[in-house]
Amino acid sequence: MGESPFKKKLELAAMSRRGFLRWSALAGTSAAAGKKLFGGLRKRNPVLGGGTAGQAALAVEKMVRTGCPSHNCGGRCLLRVYVRNGVVVRIDGDDRAGDSLDDPQLRACVRGRAYRRRQEHPDRLKYPLKRVGKRGEGKFERLSWDEALDEIASEFRRIKAAYGNQAFYVPYGTGSYNQLNGRQTAERLMNLFGGSLGFYNSYSWAAISAATPTVYGTAITGNQRQDWLNSRYILMWSWNPAEMRDGTNSEYFVRKAREKGARVVCIDPRLTLSAVALADEWIPIRPGTDAAMMSAMAYVMIKENLYDAAFVRTHCVGFDETQMPAGAEGAESYKDYILGTSDGVPKTPAWAEAVTGVPRETIARIGREYATTKPGILYQGYGMQRRAYGEQVVRAGCVLAAITGNVGVPGGWASGIALQAPDGGPLWTAFPTGQNPVQALIPSFLWSEAVIRGKDMGPDDGVRGVDRLATNIKCIWAVACNALVNQHSNINRTARILGDETLVEFLLVQDNFLTPTARFADIVLPACTQFETWGLEDGWKYGDEVLLMPKIVDPPFETKSDYRIAADIAGRLGLAEAYTEGRGEREWVAWILDRYRKTRFPGLPTLDEFERSNRGVYSVPVARPVVAFADFRKNPEKSPLPTPSGKIEIFSKRLHDMGKPAEIPAVPKYIQEWESPFGPEAKEFPLSAIGHHYLARVHSTMENVDWLNEAFPQRLFINPADAEPRKIRNGDAVRVFNDRGATIVPCRVTPRIMPGVVALPQGAWWTPDKDGTDRRGSVNVLTSERWTPLAFGNAQHTIMVQVEKADGR
Amino acid sequence: MVTQYAFFFDASACTGCKACQMACKDRNDLETGLLWRRVYEVVGGGWEKRAGVWVPDVVAYNVSMACNHCEKPVCAWSCPVKAIGKRDDGIVLIETARCIGCRYCEWACPYNAIRFDARTNTVSKCHFCFDALDSGEPPACVSACPLRALDFGDLAELRKRYGDNRHIFPLPDSSQADPALIIRPHKDAGRAAGRAAEVANWEEV
Repeated sequence: MGESPFKKKLELAAMSRRGFLRWSALAGTSAAAGKKLFGGLRKRNPVLGGGTAGQAALAVEKMVRTGCPSHNCGGRCLLRVYVRNGVVVRIDGDDRAGDSLDDPQLRACVRGRAYRRRQEHPDRLKYPLKRVGKRGEGKFERLSWDEALDEIASEFRRIKAAYGNQAFYVPYGTGSYNQLNGRQTAERLMNLFGGSLGFYNSYSWAAISAATPTVYGTAITGNQRQDWLNSRYILMWSWNPAEMRDGTNSEYFVRKAREKGARVVCIDPRLTLSAVALADEWIPIRPGTDAAMMSAMAYVMIKENLYDAAFVRTHCVGFDETQMPAGAEGAESYKDYILGTSDGVPKTPAWAEAVTGVPRETIARIGREYATTKPGILYQGYGMQRRAYGEQVVRAGCVLAAITGNVGVPGGWASGIALQAPDGGPLWTAFPTGQNPVQALIPSFLWSEAVIRGKDMGPDDGVRGVDRLATNIKCIWAVACNALVNQHSNINRTARILGDETLVEFLLVQDNFLTPTARFADIVLPACTQFETWGLEDGWKYGDEVLLMPKIVDPPFETKSDYRIAADIAGRLGLAEAYTEGRGEREWVAWILDRYRKTRFPGLPTLDEFERSNRGVYSVPVARPVVAFADFRKNPEKSPLPTPSGKIEIFSKRLHDMGKPAEIPAVPKYIQEWESPFGPEAKEFPLSAIGHHYLARVHSTMENVDWLNEAFPQRLFINPADAEPRKIRNGDAVRVFNDRGATIVPCRVTPRIMPGVVALPQGAWWTPDKDGTDRRGSVNVLTSERWTPLAFGNAQHTIMVQVEKADGR
Repeated sequence: MVTQYAFFFDASACTGCKACQMACKDRNDLETGLLWRRVYEVVGGGWEKRAGVWVPDVVAYNVSMACNHCEKPVCAWSCPVKAIGKRDDGIVLIETARCIGCRYCEWACPYNAIRFDARTNTVSKCHFCFDALDSGEPPACVSACPLRALDFGDLAELRKRYGDNRHIFPLPDSSQADPALIIRPHKDAGRAAGRAAEVANWEEV
């Protein structure tokens, strides 16, 4: 028997112990006593270590089933919350019988299971606060609600009079996120108050939501997940459902598909948690080069005649010169690009190997496998589209799905954003926010631009609804939004912008904790958690269910729900009646439930029934999963796509007409990113850095939960090939930096990430020291505010950095 | 009648998400620093540059493990004050009130299952959620797994369902304690030893 690392570790630890003396002293203890004790253990509950909750839970005052406060992870799970003396003492999971694939249990992840450590956290905000130091200094004094509301109303009125309603902005943020809790409560009030500058898209999937419709005319490109079991081949491309939870149970469905015989291949710079458990093969790829590998796969399919020529002929446009749209007859077709007819660069596997770092024979093999093992799924994750030319990789994946004929068939997959057929899935906002009298919209990622130069912004900056913005943003009301500072790019820049009190003149933040964003507030309002008020949520991207979130415990101290806060401000603005329509939180949940009943779920119980049953969830079993584009596949003339041509647009005339071929080509291309290992910036900053999702938190929410930090500590992940030349050993504190900022964080040296790439999980709370160096591993001190060309989306994973040992710092 | 409760762990389906570990902490109210169920990340192998391209030969998988309620409870045998015993259904329990904190059981256990808490100067470990079992519920960890990679039951029954493999690298030889644990190995487990794999997350377990 070899020496076990387990044993070795234990023995080392035991060497330092002082148990030996005790042994000598107590060796005479009676053995008979022990025997008697364990005879009796069945009858009584002795103290067995740990705390008291396990056994005390037997004597809880109530157990409530509720939807997990998801905070915008991709899951929507069911929790059983146990309460004693108004305190959440235990959280258990879904216990519905059956757990069938038609209607599987909604099992919570580590974050839901740790939720009471957030709920009962000592740092919860308790009272309204007013800033007394400089912006961002984090100095506050306590304020009464009356004083706070007066000041807010007076600032709102002043700014409206001085700049107009377009100067108000309620930013994207998801720290409080269900159908009644979150920023939509503020949006409703703003709309009644005359409106505010609106936004479109998100930090999650800006590029994929813009690019998917350029191919298919719609974002509803996904089959229901039960259909994955009909697949024979699954390419998980930059897709990591186990860590991001892309729909509760998505990883479980992949497991089941694999058990049924599907081969699963994971393409990702990291050997992710998903890859470990779900994939037959892991193919590491250099970040930002996925479109090059996809192009080379197409090259192999074309050269070896493996693509579905019949489907391409009948269902697609722009594949080759025979199917170019009118007005673009001479333009470069997809085939021209792939074969290098026009640019002289055939997109061969050898070409792609140099770009992607994936061996040419692997690229060719995966191309053949995907083209011939049908039906197959090329599932696109979202990480690779939060990059410089994120639109390209989305379009490239969709085109591969199309030319392999995997669209509209059971077990196939059209790729793209894949909102669930037939109706796109959930209601993203069911609460009635009303009409915004302000027409102007900006891309969500460009708010900091609108603060410093809004008046100069027009269509070139993605502005919609107006030709030019009338004003810069002067007032921000951030509801559960740590995206303002922590999750936005280039924190040091953002901090300078928000620190300038002449730009944003009034910054109101409401949250559960004093987040890095709240530290910049002029007034901080203490919001209650989602356990402390009423709410409702539905399956996120997937899932056919509604989860009720009853009020489980009372709001502590002076905290209030997001809805109540907005209603109270409405009262100060003379809008109380218009805002509430006489409803409290519970009445609004009944109203929203009614809306679901009229749209997606006719069989929904009434709120009274739902609450009384304590079932927590209403779900619709999926026995016959819907396949997107099935009708189009059967008859493209009779059921055309909502694209200009009615077909799958491999070549997009709309993109062609934009006249920006270098950044927005009409056929999907690999474009070298603006920060890249191949650019001059790599001399100083040679490592690609990605900020992947981490189970320790949901974006930046739950960052302060001790149990999660214990389970998944914040680390920089680095390959031994990059660590060794830098004399970095596992566990060392390292300094990660580029010309935008620096952070110091312990590292994990691991072969689970490819050489040349480091990963720093996104969401850690920015914690600058006196020199401005972050001390928590907050990746956004390193990220860039530059946006993607078509979607105006965040490209936060496109960054180059250097790493060094942080001795004595 | 159950004569030996046992866990089944499917390493081939475990992502390492730690939902089991957290469900255990919550159910048993374990302070930070105290883990009854742990998820060990096993990593080995490395990278080689072939014709200018980095090629991985990496093994990686997880081992989720609590107390294995061994048929040969070496922890109980090592306890000088007989604070550890085995129920008729095979569950091994520690009566903390009798524990003197000598930590011999911790030393004896080949699986790191016994956890010392300096705050109380006692040891504790997984008790199979015996209170849940006694009221007909599954252990917290088993019902928590999003991949359905854990199961439990009578050892004889689990053997019929899943076979009798009790080993996965780097666990010690199962003959040391006869763990009541059935394991379905991960595809990488067979080559782990040859790739010098080791537990990569000692700081977390």
